[in-house]
Amino acid sequence: MRKEKMATRDAYGKTLIELGRQNRDIVVLDADLSKSTRTEYFAKEFPERFFNVGIAEQNLMGIAAGLAASGKIPFASTFAVFATGRAYDQVRNTIAYPGLNVKIAASHAGITVGEDGASHQTFEDISLMRGLPGMTVIVPADAVETRFAVKKAAEVKGPVYIRLGRPKVPVIFDETDYSFELGKGIILREGKDATIFATGIMVSRALEAADVLADKDVDVKVVNIHTIKPIDEDLIIRCAKQTGAVVTAEEHSIIGGLGSAVSEVLAENYPVVIKRIGIQDEFGMSGDAGELLVHYKLTSKDIVEGVESCLKMKKAL
Amino acid sequence: MSSIEETIKKLEQKTKIIRSYIIKMLAEAGSGHPGGSLSAVEIVTALYFHVMNIKPEEPYWPDRDRFVLSKGHAAPVLYAALAEKGFFPVEELWKLRKTGAMLQGHPDMKGTPGVEISTGSLGQGLSAANGMALAARLDGRKSRIYVLLGDGEVEEGQVWEAAMAAAYYKLDNLMVFVDHNHLQIDGHVEEVMSPEPLKDKFNAFGWHVVEIDGHNLEEIIQAVETAKGIKGKPTVAIAETIKGKGVSFMENQVDWHGKAPSREQMKKALEELGGVLDA
Ligand SMILES: Cc1ncc(C[n+]2csc(CCOP(=O)(O)OP(=O)(O)O)c2C)c(N)n1
Ligand SMILES: [Mg+2]
Repeated sequence: MRKEKMATRDAYGKTLIELGRQNRDIVVLDADLSKSTRTEYFAKEFPERFFNVGIAEQNLMGIAAGLAASGKIPFASTFAVFATGRAYDQVRNTIAYPGLNVKIAASHAGITVGEDGASHQTFEDISLMRGLPGMTVIVPADAVETRFAVKKAAEVKGPVYIRLGRPKVPVIFDETDYSFELGKGIILREGKDATIFATGIMVSRALEAADVLADKDVDVKVVNIHTIKPIDEDLIIRCAKQTGAVVTAEEHSIIGGLGSAVSEVLAENYPVVIKRIGIQDEFGMSGDAGELLVHYKLTSKDIVEGVESCLKMKKAL
Repeated sequence: MSSIEETIKKLEQKTKIIRSYIIKMLAEAGSGHPGGSLSAVEIVTALYFHVMNIKPEEPYWPDRDRFVLSKGHAAPVLYAALAEKGFFPVEELWKLRKTGAMLQGHPDMKGTPGVEISTGSLGQGLSAANGMALAARLDGRKSRIYVLLGDGEVEEGQVWEAAMAAAYYKLDNLMVFVDHNHLQIDGHVEEVMSPEPLKDKFNAFGWHVVEIDGHNLEEIIQAVETAKGIKGKPTVAIAETIKGKGVSFMENQVDWHGKAPSREQMKKALEELGGVLDA
């Protein structure tokens, strides 16, 4: 891991400019949050291809659908809570059902929204988007992965949900030897005692946890699941077979997100003990993002404890 | 001095206290929304300290009037009024937005006495207010329901669904203020996504419309009195305001929508507000 830090929303904003230069069909939409979602970068360079619809998220999705139906590649951005919650039916019926080529790139997902509090923190967005047939769901772990994911999203046909964050997060990957394969997890560290499947900001925390566990002679595999849907079933099953114990880690509810997706795959194919690290079926609250990550048990220490309790369960079997 | 003059003088003094609370709580919090809190100070002050029939010692008194802060990001102006009115200790203000504190970034009815409905996701308050107005009618109560909408907020479709319903149900116990400060986050309301002509729209939706100076306490109180006399339809006061009103360097500045003042800026602002509150 490098020392450098960057928010995934910043990487998104920059990548949109790259895409805009390469392809005239790229259009970007926002709902009065272009400064926060970083779509303002694109708006500055391509004002004629940027549409700020005002505070009207349902209309945002509807207009994006119409643009896609006419051959454009729209990226529609707002906060994740509004993109997936406020405009859910518009996303479901006018984007996902017809399979339209709309890219929903939503920022400020998860607890790290911080001080704005529960009304602005979503832990159910992955769950909502994952349940929609044909919707691809991507949660980048860092700025480099975001860049590759956004470019891939522009290439593939059909609706894509990209989950972005507010805070600066560690840059894990190296541009020069990173490759993004949609629907394929990335093994970041080999291990034999347990597997940690992590997504988003929890990936760097999982790597930290692995270091701590190594000092205690626990050898864990760390896998980055950037694509929650379609989920990498083969890899998940293989890792479960190799390690016999699985921990999932996500900045999302333990209901409906990565933890659920991994559990579903393993329950039907190769049951092993599983521990889900995530938000425990509750709403958020205001506070400093770092303090909230501690409060909601989303630190590397919590992952370490998750692995230890998982290994205890495995032994007891 | 006539009694209305005395009332206005007293209320003017309150607005200075409310504004000072807003500035100080935001500086303490280190984040939050000063612009749209400051533009609504006169409206909220007139409602809480002159118009509304409420009992701070009995926040859930069923016959109370109700205030719905639909533009929930302006929570500081509501919290300041509630604290000054005695719903909770003023000390709570200095813990705004901190981990574990009562006062959330956006109003939370479960945790905060005096907050009538949780808001923060824009465009939903008027619908909830319709429900309160219908319940008051069903129960034969005299409660009146007041709502504050942002002028960017009215870009949300749900606002117009609710506006249609309020007129259809003839909710004359309901009054809306639109805080017409002409700014939202990404710029001027008229440039981002103009809701104009607002007056004609509300008229067409079946509302009684008055246009007022949203910083003139007398006009605000007059509008409330007018609304009480209008039967069979809801009233909206389109209140012309200045975002950041009262703090020279915040006025009409789009950048002061959602950032907190530094310690230095807080001191300067409190001074401008007449030094009614120590830094
Ligand atoms: C549904 C929803 N979309 C977006 C936001 C983010 N947001 C917070 S304040 C704001 C601008 C509000 O402008 P306006 O209603 O004019 O309020 P004011 O100028 O009085 O602060 C936006 C877009 C939100 N809180 N809710
Ligand atoms: Mg405004």
